[in-house]
Amino acid sequence: MKLQTDPAAGTGNAQRGAQGAAGREGTGASTSATFTAVPVRHPWRWVAIAGVAVLAAMLVNTILTNPRFEWSVVGEYFTSQTLLDGLRLTLILTAVVMAAGIALGVVLAIMRLSANPVLSGAAGGYIWLFRGTPVLVQLIFWFNLAALYPRLSLGIPFGPEFVVLDANALITPFVAAVLGLGLNEAAYMAEIVRAGIQSVDEGQTEASSALGMRRMMTMRRIILPQAMRVIIPPTGNETISMLKTTSLVSVISVGDLLYSSQIIYSRTFQTIPLLITASIWYLLVTTVLTFVQGGIERRYSRGSTRNAPTSLSRRLLRNLTTFHAKPPSPATTDPKGGIR
Amino acid sequence: MSAPASALGSATQDGSAGAATTVPMVKAENVHKNFGSLDVLKGIDLEVAPREVCCLVGPSGSGKSTFLRCINHLEKVDGGRLMVDGELVGYRQKGDRLYELKDREVAAKREEIGMVFQRFNLFPHMTALENVMEAPLRVKRESKRSARERGVALLERVGLADKRGAYPNQLSGGQQQRVAIARALAMKPKLMLFDEPTSALDPELVGEVLDVMRQLADEGMTMIVVTHEMGFAREVGDALVFMDGGVVVEFGHPRDVLTNPQHKRTQAFLSKVL
Repeated sequence: MKLQTDPAAGTGNAQRGAQGAAGREGTGASTSATFTAVPVRHPWRWVAIAGVAVLAAMLVNTILTNPRFEWSVVGEYFTSQTLLDGLRLTLILTAVVMAAGIALGVVLAIMRLSANPVLSGAAGGYIWLFRGTPVLVQLIFWFNLAALYPRLSLGIPFGPEFVVLDANALITPFVAAVLGLGLNEAAYMAEIVRAGIQSVDEGQTEASSALGMRRMMTMRRIILPQAMRVIIPPTGNETISMLKTTSLVSVISVGDLLYSSQIIYSRTFQTIPLLITASIWYLLVTTVLTFVQGGIERRYSRGSTRNAPTSLSRRLLRNLTTFHAKPPSPATTDPKGGIR
Repeated sequence: MSAPASALGSATQDGSAGAATTVPMVKAENVHKNFGSLDVLKGIDLEVAPREVCCLVGPSGSGKSTFLRCINHLEKVDGGRLMVDGELVGYRQKGDRLYELKDREVAAKREEIGMVFQRFNLFPHMTALENVMEAPLRVKRESKRSARERGVALLERVGLADKRGAYPNQLSGGQQQRVAIARALAMKPKLMLFDEPTSALDPELVGEVLDVMRQLADEGMTMIVVTHEMGFAREVGDALVFMDGGVVVEFGHPRDVLTNPQHKRTQAFLSKVL
């Protein structure tokens, strides 16, 4: 009350003084000393919502009414054995490639940060080569390795050979796919892991060294677990991206999700419906992966924040509720629906 | 709190009979350190006897923290020799050359030297007890049971028995620093280095950390403490070293140096901090 009346009196000008008096009367009518805070209004949001709603309605309308989408075909093939086999191979390929990429990426990142110039240079060269050439070219290259080296052997360099293998038999389309995608992914993962390792405070290394821990143990026990918090979100992105990138293997005739739908539409000429079918599957799996990623991120943020980060759905809910929220009255402060 | 005379005797480097009988815990001979073209340490000579508490004071940039970090080889010495308990730190001497030790050998040496940092540097992904148990488990390969027993006892000793399951960010600064002290003690060090252990703390929390350090000194731990807490230096310290510009400006018993500083630079510094 004091704060409210003082500035009005302080200005000392007749007009303000009169308003001040009126204001005082008004606040007096609200009986208590509490004032209601009113958040900023956003009328243009409603205009934007209306605009987007109209566009969305148009889109849904054309998708449903245009007969050339052939939704019945989508329904027919959605759970067909060919597509499910393709989906399974896509999932396996994604898992194998990401596992290989992460494992090799961690090794490359540690090499890259090594004080040994040979190790660091070798990792740098690897990243330069595999990140600097198109992954499609790399896939085709590994697929055609037999043209370059018809036979692969294991032995002493420049000396006797112990095992000799036929490259054509060894490099199946699936092996070429794992090599092409995995070696490429390792280059990207190496950079992600390096950023994660470098994000950990130097004091952590000093503290563990001072305790007598050796470099590799410090890396494994202290640095990497903390780096995970920085490494996991982009790794999730890489995994989701890889799920779709695996569709490139259709060019080397690996029977993944896309290749399976291509097999069907090359026979039936129902190109669009089958591409939509495959896309729905991709979308479904990426959606699931997004939620998995959120869950893993929350687990690894342990010890970095006092409050556990909220899930996507809760954030969404909170944003929606604050949008509709009535101005909170300070008298009945609700701990959850605070002023945001 | 023992034999402050040995500290004073060694300061003059006169090799008096008192200093000669025991091997000094820390002995620095003309220690030099530079970061690029910047000379941080310009020839430090210092001896710290076993069971002695030596306080390093001085303005920021005087090289006191760098010198402390040289003692456990977190910084490499560029010239001179640094010895802990009669053994060279981080190097092996052959003739007049010093060969740097391997990671494994340096790590083995560091086990004997505990260090407490200004910014605590607790492992944030581990609980207080896990922080204390980590090095005994992984470095000394102790059994989980004995590491746990001692971890619990150490946390009790620093007054944090009830906080063993808390993560560092759930603890106050003073509590974190006390866990850090317990973590260093878990390796049973013969020397403890404190790098401005109370500088990052709220004034209210300084006391609880100093209490633990005072108790440690009473138990006879050899300690080198970089600090701005002149009260602690006066009360607990056996020797006080005033550093400025990479050299030891003044050395003596804390009571003498603090009440009757000889050097102009020391007088100017103390007039501002006391």
